[in-house]
Amino acid sequence: MTKKIKNLNLNFGPQHPAAHGVLRLILELDGEVVEKADPHIGLLHRGTEKLIENKTYMQAVPYFDRLDYVAPMNQEHAFALAIEKIMNIEVPVRAQFIRVMFCEIGRILSHILNVTTQALDVGALTPSLWGFEERETLMTFYERASGSRLHANYFRAGGVHQDLPAGLENDIAKFCETFPKIINDLENLLTDNRIFKQRNVDIGIVTKEDALDYSFSGVMIRGSGVPWDLRKSQPYDCYNQLEFKIPVGKNGDCYDRYLCRIEEMKESVSIIKQCLAKMEKGPVKTYDGKITPPSKKEIKQSMEALIHHFKLFTEGYRVPKDEIYTAVEAPKGEFGVFLISDGSNKPYKCKIRAPGFSHLQSMDYLIKGHMLADVPAVLGSLDIVFGEVDR
Amino acid sequence: MNNLIDLEKKINSELGTKINSTKIKHNQIYVEIDKEDLIDVTLFFKTNKDTKFRQLIDITVVDYPEETLRFKLVYLFLSHEFNQRSIITYSITENEVIPSLTSIFPSANWMEREVFDMYGVNFKDHPDLRRILTDYGFEGHPLRKDFPLTGHTEVRYSEDKKKVINEPVKLEQNYRNFDYESPWEGTKYIKEQTDNNDKKN
Repeated sequence: MTKKIKNLNLNFGPQHPAAHGVLRLILELDGEVVEKADPHIGLLHRGTEKLIENKTYMQAVPYFDRLDYVAPMNQEHAFALAIEKIMNIEVPVRAQFIRVMFCEIGRILSHILNVTTQALDVGALTPSLWGFEERETLMTFYERASGSRLHANYFRAGGVHQDLPAGLENDIAKFCETFPKIINDLENLLTDNRIFKQRNVDIGIVTKEDALDYSFSGVMIRGSGVPWDLRKSQPYDCYNQLEFKIPVGKNGDCYDRYLCRIEEMKESVSIIKQCLAKMEKGPVKTYDGKITPPSKKEIKQSMEALIHHFKLFTEGYRVPKDEIYTAVEAPKGEFGVFLISDGSNKPYKCKIRAPGFSHLQSMDYLIKGHMLADVPAVLGSLDIVFGEVDR
Repeated sequence: MNNLIDLEKKINSELGTKINSTKIKHNQIYVEIDKEDLIDVTLFFKTNKDTKFRQLIDITVVDYPEETLRFKLVYLFLSHEFNQRSIITYSITENEVIPSLTSIFPSANWMEREVFDMYGVNFKDHPDLRRILTDYGFEGHPLRKDFPLTGHTEVRYSEDKKKVINEPVKLEQNYRNFDYESPWEGTKYIKEQTDNNDKKN
């Protein structure tokens, strides 16, 4: 007698805590082995690109916070750089250091979340409790600089919105002293942990060739042994004045990617320290009155400043006709903005290149032949945030 | 090739007739081609030892509704080896079918699905051309310039039918698009007038 065996179709998500948001993953299972994975995305699609086309350049910045909402300022950075390159704006040195410092804070924010939730997905609860305490501290730094814990809206073309408040630099410096101990604690819990290793070592291996073919970037490509980091290879702002190392993995599995993230956090702390040391007093945005709004004091005294202020916040500034692709090394990989301006006050087209999109696309390739229980581990190490995947 | 000028020369000499124009700007090389040559040019870009654009960064479309060649396809490539970026573009009419890059770059799969979803551009030989970002059963192509910002339908939970339903969008106030042009920098109609006067004189 022969029995017919049918593959089982399983719906993973869209409301599953290990799906990291609103991912609907349709899995075809043969027993417990995954034969095929078909991610359905778009449940968080808000039409960011369409909205940006209908807003002035300054009004478009907050939309970038809402992409990868785990590290908001890194996205703003790409957009600000794109406009600056088109308009040839020189950014004051202090503003460059502030921006780089907050980008690195964003990187730590993102990596803490990823490392700890990955641990959570494979069964460890404690790291996330410890990690989130640090994230809270970092988010208060965001709040003190920009007024908002998450949706910062802090970077502008030509600098940042306002200077750091008194005392913030000291507090960030103090954080840099205490944080390495927390990384150590996390490592003590995870790096040599038997269960954590069993769940991550040799899972979701990516070869160098495939990492290139699947358009991987960031930790996903470095974990596979390709030493590629836009901060080093195509430095923007003041990254070329800073010293830092690029951690590279060997095997390209989930565990190597975890190790890369841990090492990157340590490097970020060192970058923040260097920024604090090199930061000097000075202006934080360009003096060009056609781009930067005048100070409150000026508005009270000068008619011209008042007009500038009014025009900047109604019409906004105009960006000359051009097209450009600018990318930054966001915590998740290469985050790029392809901006087409037509000489008006609104972008004609603003395509956002999100790293998570191409990473999630490879889900089928990564998970084929693995067990069902490996799905959360692989998904965790991809570092997916749906704000940016769905845009 | 270690610098962009050499690269530009190399591309022009090797591919010759397949290239319509090249230019270097913002430290990136912009290459204009014809639709038919896409596969050949991409293969050359990917495999040639002097170019090695091994990564497809993104595919996107720019919509110019008032032109006959309405859509401009944009392909962004990155070469790790030489640390260079290139942008390949070509224009098509609204209903043209274009070749898919999925056989060369597996990552083109979702990118092309997104282009299809957002602009309604069709790809030949794409293994799985479905909508990707919009809702199941969505109609229209949202990133086209003639698609309204507010969309056509809205979703709500109906208490009577006990399910989620789609309805035409009802707005208390229409979307307002203000004309912010500075009068002192010359609005369009004044500029046209002065231009005409200049011509007459």
